[in-house]
Amino acid sequence: MFNIIKLATRNLQRYKRRTFLTSMLITLGVVAVLLFISVSGSFKAMMIGQITDSMLGHMQIHKKGYLASVDSLPLNRNLNAKQINKVKEILGAEESIEAYSMRIKLGAMFSNFTETTNIRLNAVLPKEELGAAPLLTDRIIDGEKEGLIEKGEILVPELIAKGMKVNVGDTIVLVANNKDGSVNGQTFIVRGILEGISGPGGRDGMIHLDDAKSLLRMDEPEISEIAIRLKNIDQLPAVFAKMKTELESLKNKDDKPIFEVHTWEKISPFFNIAKMIDLMTLFIKIMLVAIVLVSIMNVMIMAVYERINEIGTISAIGTSPGKILGLFIIEGFLLGVLGTFIGVAISLISITAMNASQISFDFGRQTGLMLSPTISAGEVITVALIVIGISVAASLQPAYKASKMDPITALRHV
Amino acid sequence: MSVIEARQLEKTYVAGDITVNAIRKVDFTIEPASFVSFIGPSGSGKSTLLNMIGALDPPTSGTLNVVGQEITTLNRKDAATFRGDNIGFVFQDFNLIPVLTVFENVEYPLLMVQNWPKEKRRTRVLDMLEAVGMADQANKYPSQISGGQKQRVAVARALVTNAKLVLADEPTANLDRETANKIITLMKRMRDEFKTTFIFSTHDPKIVQNVETTFTLEDGKIITSNNNAGGSHV
Repeated sequence: MFNIIKLATRNLQRYKRRTFLTSMLITLGVVAVLLFISVSGSFKAMMIGQITDSMLGHMQIHKKGYLASVDSLPLNRNLNAKQINKVKEILGAEESIEAYSMRIKLGAMFSNFTETTNIRLNAVLPKEELGAAPLLTDRIIDGEKEGLIEKGEILVPELIAKGMKVNVGDTIVLVANNKDGSVNGQTFIVRGILEGISGPGGRDGMIHLDDAKSLLRMDEPEISEIAIRLKNIDQLPAVFAKMKTELESLKNKDDKPIFEVHTWEKISPFFNIAKMIDLMTLFIKIMLVAIVLVSIMNVMIMAVYERINEIGTISAIGTSPGKILGLFIIEGFLLGVLGTFIGVAISLISITAMNASQISFDFGRQTGLMLSPTISAGEVITVALIVIGISVAASLQPAYKASKMDPITALRHV
Repeated sequence: MSVIEARQLEKTYVAGDITVNAIRKVDFTIEPASFVSFIGPSGSGKSTLLNMIGALDPPTSGTLNVVGQEITTLNRKDAATFRGDNIGFVFQDFNLIPVLTVFENVEYPLLMVQNWPKEKRRTRVLDMLEAVGMADQANKYPSQISGGQKQRVAVARALVTNAKLVLADEPTANLDRETANKIITLMKRMRDEFKTTFIFSTHDPKIVQNVETTFTLEDGKIITSNNNAGGSHV
């Protein structure tokens, strides 16, 4: 085998410029794919991290049917005390759960005493909420971040703060209807301004859970949503399946499920963007395959055509068809390896350079997001194996043709 | 025992409606360590006969025993093995592999066909290069040596495997007179030294003068057999 590799290497060196150009084409494809994967992967991971860690959590539990009518923030679809306790019991027994946060979601009228507007609010217990959404404080662009929120305080969404001209320390009034239609109002001090992010709940304000209970005149504990954070997001599919089975098997008197469980993917529209990024990555990989396939096949067809007489000679002096086949396959393989090796090296250097140069970008209303491309060893190995595999596959037809060549015809070829 | 024994050997090519009888039921034997030539005008069947002897082209009918093996029934792979083990080839255009050095060209059959161990291989190649007077050019590439030198390397490559038979198709056609003479002399010396049978397909009168047996072909038939040394006969 070593001798075939040695001979194949010599043959590649015979046409240096062609070998160089073909390798560079493969290199270009590998660099394009690896950089796209690293940059898009970084963007995706950052957005997913921001969405899950500063708002949604990894999973959410609601009363059955809540999510379908979430736009109207229905208070009559809250979980009652008994149901909350059942969920707490199940979540407490699950080791892979890091934290969870009980939320009341409500709509209210927001008044600065001169103007009034609508506001959507999440009422939370600060310690629980920071456990489930640890990056939430990063969204507080003005005001005290420590402790998130206390009773009597409100975090106002950025857009409303600007529109209503309220600042940290101002007093505002929230007026809300409870589920029975009773209206109640309560004053709050603006503790901070909350940056809006893309996705559901990204432009909601925040108050303390106890304030929501008093504002809505709840006699008993009620919860709209339970946001769950896992210790490791990679465990999401397994934990989700387990929770779904466990919770959705609990039925009410009408034998219908009480709870519904969703992952962030179901709740956030960004999941579709993430899927689109994955699809684009797939298409880029297909383009890479096409580049490698066409370039290697072209080179190997040329190599066989130019060396017909030589093939006749080595065949005549006793080289087996299998070795001739192997010789040309290894030439294609080496071209693929060379292009891949250079491509991977350039990609890793480029990724390091991009990280060092601290490139920032804007996404929607979010500005100054830092691009920190990374690529896993698994992705690099996958791309390398694809390219090398396709190089070998592209060499098969020309190599087969060479191995099946009639030595007499080949020797007569001029 | 004859090194080659052909009986009622026939080769027919069919191209569409046209049938060409390239070799028509020929019989001949060639004895070991003989120096034999096939001569005749173009299209007489010399090369076809050489190709059949070299297990490159199977006969249409008849039997052909080469170095003790009936080769008419060999499949492609077995024919390659047979060639690698028993037959050396010398071509009109030398046919050295351009990316290999002189040493590596001679080494090729031992390395890629017969899998000799490294040290034994090296010794054998150097011996052969010494025998053909090319030892001092061992590290040069074919593009760096003359036509006569290339043919010397080709002879060394043909003999390096201890081939019992060397088939040479117009080996002097691309050489000047003086170089051609040297190559013929070299091959005769090799025959004497290694007891290898040399069979030529040629138009070269110099070769014809030097061989012991000459078969003259015309229209696929052996019409005369001129035996100078009594080594071969029809």
